[in-house]
Amino acid sequence: MNRFALLLPLLLFLGLVAYFAVGLTRDPSLIQSVLIDKPLPAFDLPAAGVDGVRVTSAQLSGRVTLLNVFASWCIACKVEHPVLLKLAKAKKIELYGLAWKDKPEELKNWLSELGNPYAAIADDATGRTAIDLGVTGAPETYIIDRKGQVRYKQIGPIDDYVWENTLQPLIARLEAEQ
Amino acid sequence: MTVRLRVLLCLVLWCAIGGSSLAVEPDEILPSAQQEARARSITRELRCVVCQNQSVDDSDAPLAKDIRVLVRERVASGETDEQVRDYIVQRYGKFVLLRPPFEGDTVLLWIGPFAIFLTAVTIAAFYIWRRGNEKNVAPPLTATEELDLNRLLQDTTP
Repeated sequence: MNRFALLLPLLLFLGLVAYFAVGLTRDPSLIQSVLIDKPLPAFDLPAAGVDGVRVTSAQLSGRVTLLNVFASWCIACKVEHPVLLKLAKAKKIELYGLAWKDKPEELKNWLSELGNPYAAIADDATGRTAIDLGVTGAPETYIIDRKGQVRYKQIGPIDDYVWENTLQPLIARLEAEQ
Repeated sequence: MTVRLRVLLCLVLWCAIGGSSLAVEPDEILPSAQQEARARSITRELRCVVCQNQSVDDSDAPLAKDIRVLVRERVASGETDEQVRDYIVQRYGKFVLLRPPFEGDTVLLWIGPFAIFLTAVTIAAFYIWRRGNEKNVAPPLTATEELDLNRLLQDTTP
């Protein structure tokens, strides 16, 4: 038997080690959205806190917008909130909200206490629009391009790091698109 | 009852209860037993996206409940199992299917273990066959060895 054949098991083992080492760096809880590069699923929901007004998916088209799935019961959303406020105030983003299975009263209190960064909030009381969007947990944020297509899904809160390293460059690129 | 026995009994009971699904709530259950059975067979094979190693049928997560209700609505409205499953897959991707479909990118997953097993068996068979063919019978004795042996065998002196 030649020398290479003796080394073969070791090489196979090292191959497995490399394979698993790469696998371990991936976070299995991040499920890639199937909506990427597809149109934002259509919705037509009542605007939270404003009687008689509707928020529709068609409104999130024509320019780069963000759709933030949140709820007053969501703790990570509270962490994300100041970042969204800061970005909205600085007019760096056009932000829409999707209140996911929230109670109108609690949502109202939450917003009056913490501030409202949203241009409009769609009230998804049944959670059906969230399922259409493939939401796995709050907060999640969809970046929608001019054509109304979902281009990116941020799972988990947006913080300064995510904003500077992922979202800001992406939004700048999408805004430059024709 | 000794403490140890009590603990053991608790464990056994806990396993027995934990083993069966308790997530489906009474208000979710469809009036038609046949449709309910279909809905359950669908949700049993859907991954809960919140707690990913549980099925939608097993999970207590609110999102899993929403999906259970959604599946039941669609079953009750007359959709086939396939249509209901596709509806969920369109939203959450194939990842939610606990039983991955047999397709181009899952061929390795389905065939891989059998391919590795067959390869191992083939290699083992080859080695065994080769060893069997090897001439491991000792070469015949030379003339001098033959004479020596005969002399030794006939030598009866102690």
